Amino acid sequence: MPPKAGVILAKRGFRLRLEARTETPRWLIYATPLLALALTVLSGAGLFALLGVDPLRALYGFFIEPISDLYGWTELGVKAIPLALIALGLSLGFRANVWNIGAEGQLTIGAICAGGVALALWNSGGWWSLPLMALAGLCGGIAYAAIPALLRTQFNANEILTSLMLTYVAQLFLSYLVTGPLRDPDGFNFPQSRPFDADALMPPVLEGFRLHWGLLAVAVAAVAAQAVLTRSLLGYRLTVTGLAPAAARFAGFSAPGIIWTCLLIGGGCAGLAGMLEVAGPIGQLMPTVSPGYGFTAIIVAFLGRLNPLGICVAALVLALSYIGSEAAQVTLKLSASVGTVFQGLLLFFVLACDLLLLYRIRRE
Amino acid sequence: MTGSETHGTARLRVRGIKKHFPGVRAVDGVDLTLMPGEIHALIGENGAGKSTLMKIIYGLLQADDGSIWWEGAAVAFTDPAAARAAGIGMVFQHFALFETLTVTENIALALPEGRATAALAADILDLSKRYGLALDPHRAIHALSSGERQRVEIIRCLLQDPRLLILDEPTSVLTPQEAETLFVTLRRLAAEGRTILYISHKLPEIQALCDRATILRAGKVVDSCDPRVTSPALMAEKMVGKVDRPSRRATSLKAEAPLRFSVQNLSRKAGDPLGIDLRDISFSLRAGEILGIAGLAGSGQSELLAALGGEVAVAANTIRLDDQPIGALPVAARRAAGLSYVPEERLGRSAVPDLDLTANALLSGWQRPALVSGGWLKRGAMQAFAEKIIADYRVMPPKTGSLARRLSGGNLQKFIMGREILANPKVLIVAAPTWGVDAGAAAAIHRALLGLAEAGTALLVISQDLDELFILCDRMAALFHGGLSLASPTAELSRERVGLMMGGVADAA
Repeated sequence: MPPKAGVILAKRGFRLRLEARTETPRWLIYATPLLALALTVLSGAGLFALLGVDPLRALYGFFIEPISDLYGWTELGVKAIPLALIALGLSLGFRANVWNIGAEGQLTIGAICAGGVALALWNSGGWWSLPLMALAGLCGGIAYAAIPALLRTQFNANEILTSLMLTYVAQLFLSYLVTGPLRDPDGFNFPQSRPFDADALMPPVLEGFRLHWGLLAVAVAAVAAQAVLTRSLLGYRLTVTGLAPAAARFAGFSAPGIIWTCLLIGGGCAGLAGMLEVAGPIGQLMPTVSPGYGFTAIIVAFLGRLNPLGICVAALVLALSYIGSEAAQVTLKLSASVGTVFQGLLLFFVLACDLLLLYRIRRE
Repeated sequence: MTGSETHGTARLRVRGIKKHFPGVRAVDGVDLTLMPGEIHALIGENGAGKSTLMKIIYGLLQADDGSIWWEGAAVAFTDPAAARAAGIGMVFQHFALFETLTVTENIALALPEGRATAALAADILDLSKRYGLALDPHRAIHALSSGERQRVEIIRCLLQDPRLLILDEPTSVLTPQEAETLFVTLRRLAAEGRTILYISHKLPEIQALCDRATILRAGKVVDSCDPRVTSPALMAEKMVGKVDRPSRRATSLKAEAPLRFSVQNLSRKAGDPLGIDLRDISFSLRAGEILGIAGLAGSGQSELLAALGGEVAVAANTIRLDDQPIGALPVAARRAAGLSYVPEERLGRSAVPDLDLTANALLSGWQRPALVSGGWLKRGAMQAFAEKIIADYRVMPPKTGSLARRLSGGNLQKFIMGREILANPKVLIVAAPTWGVDAGAAAAIHRALLGLAEAGTALLVISQDLDELFILCDRMAALFHGGLSLASPTAELSRERVGLMMGGVADAA
């Protein structure tokens, strides 16, 4: 069946029409994220102008100035590590239409588990502290993602809602811990844990900078994701399930199996990212251990086209929105929300530009 | 416009209609003239452009080029409402009825507002008497057979007093007996001066019913003839080109062939409220035997296929393969035991539209160690397997890299059939194996199935196409409301008898 005749946008005699494509040119798959970026920057300029700031100066302050030195680049890496790691885990599920929106919660539980280990071993750890923390973070994230998996497979409860709501549970649990049982006894009642000891901190890549060896975890995850997607039966099962669920049933792929696999992998990656945050740049448990990495990683996954290499690049772009908004607060006196607005604009344009993959715009 | 065929004003005249969809010229310069009181057949294979042409006439699609005259005046219907207002009614192949509403309520929804339902019910009764369309206005749609649902659609059209009534493959949902009743109604409508445009690819009924036939092939009119005096063979050849069809199967089945597959008292409540419950189905298949299951659409075919293929589990003992109980096993385990199946839907079910043929070759073959080992794909072996399917079954274009959705229906079905046959199953269950497939590919698929049976595989063919079943099967049974009639040897069956079985009067006659 041919697609519907097309949507007609009529305005004062100028008619545009969307026509279904038979073939999507390959270059377009890579060009549309770039187009989305360009549109985001343009709308951003408009936004700055409305806020009464010189747009060029603001864009420079937001996107260029923060990464004009080595420190800026290492900070970009610090933010990109959790984004890339979480997005890599989520992307497998997104390919199979398993929508884990609760990576932020899984990250939080991962951070709690890893932090718990670090505090339990406080001043009595060794080289094995970090591996143990990583394992705890991984298991914490996996266990927390198992809840929506169980609810979905046993009760058909939508994982979008359950995983999202569980995020708030995790965050409140963390704030209970740092104001209660795990509060620093020498911390003047501040709601935070003891600072971890040196054995429980990620070693920096370069002395004097915060960038840490979590970088290695991202590299391993990206290579593993690429191998799974292109060469493994698991990747094939995910792809078929995402593209044609009825064909997956015909093939005999177990739907609950796919749901469990996707959620647990996503949860594990998010939990590990949580461990890297508390053992890396933060160094202790705080009431908030992530500025929304778990949610931003969803944008990273889509901007990166669910492709492992693309995700690594997209993580850098979204990391820039974080450090750009920090810089904008200082140099331009703009609200911190500007960064979030940029992220929202970017997601909007990424999804809108995807329309061009399936349709072309024609003048009538 | 002074064609010699015009005596008086034509009811509808189309000239040079063209419609182009991305990648295909669906209708390519078609002329058609319909006279008052005429029953005019539009015949052609699936994909010949019949549906597109009538959608243009009915205002559902706009032609790229060409013109339409309605009763002498040039018109361009921009939507179906305009066509209906002018006096054109259409009955679609797939009904648009609300299952939970009554006949009257469904019809009221399609009419301009402000008709009292009591008066409407009286009108419906009146029309149903006048044209022999037996129907109770107060029954809910879900309780009606597909033949009755079609009558609702026809009455809905007749209430608007159309002068042209278009019917798209109306008999595809009817038993031969119900079809005969429909023909009486249509002849009566034509006798009143209404024009009927009858779209079909079934030649015998066109011979019985129609005054003229226009034959479409690949979007063009190839001929126009009087079907009452033209031989069906000639019309078929014009419709599809020359095709070497396999002749009817000479049963060579030996009585001592081992029992391969049996189903005993299979019952299952439908998961979906609008689905069909399977009722006490039993049959058995010997090695090398082909059993056909006829039945109107929606008689339980998809539910039966799901239960036999393993997409839903049933009690272990109800389904046995080589005397092993397999009813409780999931799809993968049944396939490993030697049972393959091919559902009716190709794109999205037995093939993934957006994956290439190499990847699609794996869809039912991923359990074979030759293609996947230790959880890792063997790309080379997958590619070789896809190439073998393409070569053995002459799939065009012969490229493993083509996406499944780029293939024509016939070529994709050849690929899917080849994939399942090369897996060398003990039992193969196929649903509608040649639905929407061009005649050449259909013949190739039939030959492949016959060859597979020859080699000892037990085959179950579920199809609505009686011609196909008569060509292929050793024995036939029919599904009706989720129950299966007893199977009889094809040689002892007539089309009429099968028609009765499809209507649920299994053991009459």
